[in-house]
Amino acid sequence: MSMSTIHDIGYRHYDGKRLGRAYTVRSLFVHNLRAAYGIGRPARAKVMPFLLGALMLLPAAGSVAIFAFSKEESALIRYSSYTSILQVVIAIFVATQAPVLASRELRFHVVPLYFSRPVGHLDFVLAKFAAMAVALLALMATPITLLYVGGLVSKAPDPADQLLRFLGALVGCVLFALVLAAIGLVVAAFTPRRGFGVAAVIAVYMLSSTFVGIIQGLAESQTNFALAGWAGLFAPFNLVDIVQVRLLGAKSTSVSIAPGLQGGVVALAVCALLVAGSIAVLYRRFRKAGLS
Amino acid sequence: MNATIAMITFRAMLGRRRALLLFALPLVLILLAVGLKVTGLADLEVSTGVLQRFGLATLLPLLALIAGTGVIGPEIDDGQIMYVLTKPIPRQVIVLTKLAVAIVLVTAFAAVPTLLAGLLMSGMTEQVAPAFTVGVLVGGIAYSAVFVALAVVSRNAVTIGLLYALVWETLLGNFAPGAKSASIQQWALSVTDVLTGATTVKSTVDLAVAVPLLVAVTAVGTLLAVVRLRSLAVASAE
Repeated sequence: MSMSTIHDIGYRHYDGKRLGRAYTVRSLFVHNLRAAYGIGRPARAKVMPFLLGALMLLPAAGSVAIFAFSKEESALIRYSSYTSILQVVIAIFVATQAPVLASRELRFHVVPLYFSRPVGHLDFVLAKFAAMAVALLALMATPITLLYVGGLVSKAPDPADQLLRFLGALVGCVLFALVLAAIGLVVAAFTPRRGFGVAAVIAVYMLSSTFVGIIQGLAESQTNFALAGWAGLFAPFNLVDIVQVRLLGAKSTSVSIAPGLQGGVVALAVCALLVAGSIAVLYRRFRKAGLS
Repeated sequence: MNATIAMITFRAMLGRRRALLLFALPLVLILLAVGLKVTGLADLEVSTGVLQRFGLATLLPLLALIAGTGVIGPEIDDGQIMYVLTKPIPRQVIVLTKLAVAIVLVTAFAAVPTLLAGLLMSGMTEQVAPAFTVGVLVGGIAYSAVFVALAVVSRNAVTIGLLYALVWETLLGNFAPGAKSASIQQWALSVTDVLTGATTVKSTVDLAVAVPLLVAVTAVGTLLAVVRLRSLAVASAE
């Protein structure tokens, strides 16, 4: 017979309201979204995201100003092209902010602290993913909205058609945000060392777009336009542009676009695969990091 | 030069999985070169285009950014640089050693693969391969000096470097030719332009302007890094 006993030393139980899973996910989402723009952190962390945001707005503001004075419809940048034209700025945003969301907790080995609370692994990853995607959506949709509102105020012709194209471009932006968040977070989650995450994400963007650009140039000089179009699937901005052109009725901005409706469907499937794969990989990565 | 600092820096740059990133980038260039050779598309125009767009304009700034900021940036960020700074080693020796390591890395992972890719695609035709190798090498030295200085000066060194390499050299270069001429990439291309007889390589900058500018940028970068490292404020990691 054991002599050990449990003494009641008067700790109180928690009888209050449990806030539940939705509250956890919402808190994590808000925290990560704020982190993506450096809000609630020192000024040093805010400089880059807001500078890049300003860089994104600059051409839109200039375009609206020129249109207001000259009334030349060509001065307004096409909504669906805006993201592709400024893809370099967006890629730098992904590269600098994805490591903030995906590598910092890994670098300082604090992931287990999250999972010692009732936070599900999948919820944790989904909140991060959604925060990154929404941060990117804000970055891309704000200048397009400025373009649309600016055009509306200065009486751009054919408002019904403008609205339709604006909404189409917004859907495109959502897709851009999802695909870029998927790629950026996965790469950043595997390069926790400071500075390396940024370089790795931008390397994936630069190498893929340059590689695809060279292949497309060669294929077009051989008049193999089908190959040039399909090669676009391997560069993130070109991939989403294929969906925009083939399924959303936008005009092409990229060098080459995969042919026909099937091109758009295949591109959309690749996007979906990227997002699902990214969430699966992130889930495994953070679950493993949470054990140590 | 200090052998111990060099060794520690090499270990930090190449240890564990980090070396994979450095190996993967030039591998893409070599694979592209092999693919073009096998399919028989690698004529002089294509190979100079690939070496210029992929080797000089993409691989070089990317690797110089990783190497240049990587040799000193993380150490400053997490405060480990204190253990080096508190030893009786002159600051210029520290900076020069770090810079030398960065240049060795850029040579190994950008210049040598460029040479290999060039030789694979066009052999010694019009001296294209050695010309691009020299261009990448001199560009790499200038880029490394600039990025080491950036890493000492700013916590956002990698982002500022990216803004320069991508937005200034590429995006603005397409709209404003002036911005294009004021870039390390064009100065390096000018060196290549002189060394090769291929007419497809065309730089917007004269060699007589490019070489002094490259030397000046390298010298100013190194000097700035030394001066700023003398009075470095070490904060805790964020």
